[in-house]
Amino acid sequence: MYRIGAVGDRDSVLGFLALGFEVAEVRDGEEAAGAVHMLAANGCAVIFITEKYAEAARDAIEGYKAKAIPAVITVPGAGGSQGVGMAALKSAVERAVGADILFK
Amino acid sequence: MAMAHVNPTRMELKKLKGRLTTARRGHKLLKDKRDELMRRFLLAVRENKELRERVEAELDAINRSFSAAAATTDPRFLREALAIPKKRAELKVSYANTMSVTVPVFQADILSTGAEGEPGYGLAFTSGELDEAVAALSRLLPDLILLAEREKTALLLAEEIERTRRRVNALEYIMIPQYETEIKRISMKLDENERGNTTRLMKLKDLILVDR
Repeated sequence: MYRIGAVGDRDSVLGFLALGFEVAEVRDGEEAAGAVHMLAANGCAVIFITEKYAEAARDAIEGYKAKAIPAVITVPGAGGSQGVGMAALKSAVERAVGADILFK
Repeated sequence: MAMAHVNPTRMELKKLKGRLTTARRGHKLLKDKRDELMRRFLLAVRENKELRERVEAELDAINRSFSAAAATTDPRFLREALAIPKKRAELKVSYANTMSVTVPVFQADILSTGAEGEPGYGLAFTSGELDEAVAALSRLLPDLILLAEREKTALLLAEEIERTRRRVNALEYIMIPQYETEIKRISMKLDENERGNTTRLMKLKDLILVDR
């Protein structure tokens, strides 16, 4: 049985705590990268990470991209959406199709 | 060139022709695979985009409720209320095969020790906003999980498309032309040998006729 993880600053992940996610509160990109690795190793199949830290821990997230699990998913944090998650989707489209045909 | 100058023999020619046929067939198959992957990828990515827009909007609203709750509740109580969750989110993971790409299928399971609909914390020290936010987040959970599943699928498909396209291009622009030039070279060499042989025979025949 797998678990669901969440990585972010305190204000953003409080709610996930209430749902019974495996929550890691972090303060900087390095901690976020460590948290992602830790959650992945502890059997989280889905890891939600807030945008700010997804940017900072990009290298760590890239490492899980080609694997079926865990799925590291960017979600907007307490500060609102900056469109980081959409940007990831956009770059996937660009890589696969060769041009951005979705977000014009 | 990788396979420059094999011996110009019929044996090699036959081998190369076989390889060329295989390469052409592989090229066609991979091209079909790429097209189908692309079709599915575009479907997945469109759905994903809509889902993400919806989820992000809802999460924004929920985050605002949480901020409101945090503003009206003593942070210590808020922390305490949520620190020991009565629920435990678990995930069943199975795998589906989309065009030989293994993609995960998630199914969330919330194990609750309390009664259904109970927030899982005492109501005495927390505000109503918190209850609402937690309830809204619970309702959003299926969508969140679905988003995770679809997004992962789209990303994996994108990766596979890239790989397949490289293969198609390698076959189309490197392998197949290489085989073709090599086959041409060998068959020209063989023809040339054949002509050399014929002239030699004609010459010999002339010599023998003159001797008589």
